[in-house]
Amino acid sequence: MKIPQHRGPVSSLLLQILGQNDLSTDLTELNEVATQALSDSDILCDEDLQLCLFALYELHYGGFERVSDQWEWHPGLLAFRARLETAFEARLRDAVGELPAIADTADQVAAQLFELAGSSTGPSVSEFVLRHATVEQVKEFLIQKSIYQLKEADPHTWAIPRLTGRGKSALVEIQYDEYGSGSAGKMHSELFATTMAGLDLDSQFGAYIDEIPAITLASVNMMSLFALHRRLRGAVAGHLAIYEMTSSIPSARYARGLRRLGFQSPVTDYFDEHVEADAVHEQIAGRDLAGGLIEEDPELGPSIFFGAHAVCFIDDLLGRWQMEAWEQGRSSLRSKELIR
Amino acid sequence: MSENDTSITVCPRGPLLVRGDFEILDDKGQPVPRTRETVALCRCGASAIKPYCDGSHKLNGFEKNR
Repeated sequence: MKIPQHRGPVSSLLLQILGQNDLSTDLTELNEVATQALSDSDILCDEDLQLCLFALYELHYGGFERVSDQWEWHPGLLAFRARLETAFEARLRDAVGELPAIADTADQVAAQLFELAGSSTGPSVSEFVLRHATVEQVKEFLIQKSIYQLKEADPHTWAIPRLTGRGKSALVEIQYDEYGSGSAGKMHSELFATTMAGLDLDSQFGAYIDEIPAITLASVNMMSLFALHRRLRGAVAGHLAIYEMTSSIPSARYARGLRRLGFQSPVTDYFDEHVEADAVHEQIAGRDLAGGLIEEDPELGPSIFFGAHAVCFIDDLLGRWQMEAWEQGRSSLRSKELIR
Repeated sequence: MSENDTSITVCPRGPLLVRGDFEILDDKGQPVPRTRETVALCRCGASAIKPYCDGSHKLNGFEKNR
């Protein structure tokens, strides 16, 4: 993807350093401005810091045009990323608070996760898209989703080699389906690109990065945080379980909302596919992935439920962010005036 | 995969999860279109995509007080 525009002093310096490609080992100034930013702001919704995390993680995925792949394992950058991650994880743990008692059988773990997934009290973006959203608002909703959905499933894949037994089989079973069961063009990320193209949107990954607000970046950065650390492998499972458990019913509403606005297959395929797929995945993710992991290693329980609660927390904030903007008649994307 | 590897899991308050080597036929004996290996079959009766599950059991309280 293209290098994003900076959003403050830290990302300004970071993106400049990345673009130089000299693999400089002196990151003193970068660390100094970050110290200031970390002490001044709430990292969860700080545009500057969330963009930095996004850029640092993206080095492990598709990378950036004209930025050396060598940066991926640059010790200084990794140390810098660790500072941001420490603050981000602490913020998430603070928001999640103390975890309730965790069951020890797969069935009960699945039941606990389903209950958690069903407990959201936030406003429903899917209800709004179903009944009221304009084409422009649906486009905006797709742009918000695109920063994950165009690489859907990729973060959770990092966890596969870190798992064993029933949990690993379950994750592979889900991911195989996410990647189109071996059929070219059927990956969920590709179905999403088709939906975007159907609404005249650019489906290149990262095309809208400058318009994506910090809270949306935080939701994908959280996945990368869980995914790139072995110690958080349980959180990947909990995250995926909640994602799957909160997908079928909203996806049916999104598909119907698109049809209300006159769209049909293949534009609606992404959402129609998720109605059926995620009704399967949520059972596998709850019982076999999360439940299977806890039965094999009960010590993973807190990590699994931390991941599950964290995604509920962030999704709730993201839903509120989107609905508040729309109720006030404005865009939920970053204002065009902020983007140079 | 041999027939012995086919399994049907009854998910509490949810669908039947069917894995393995199997065919789903309609009442005329014709195969029901199927796009994935493991499927979830509706058990609550409310799915809009029967015979497959669409998660509706979570909205209608299926088996909730069992």
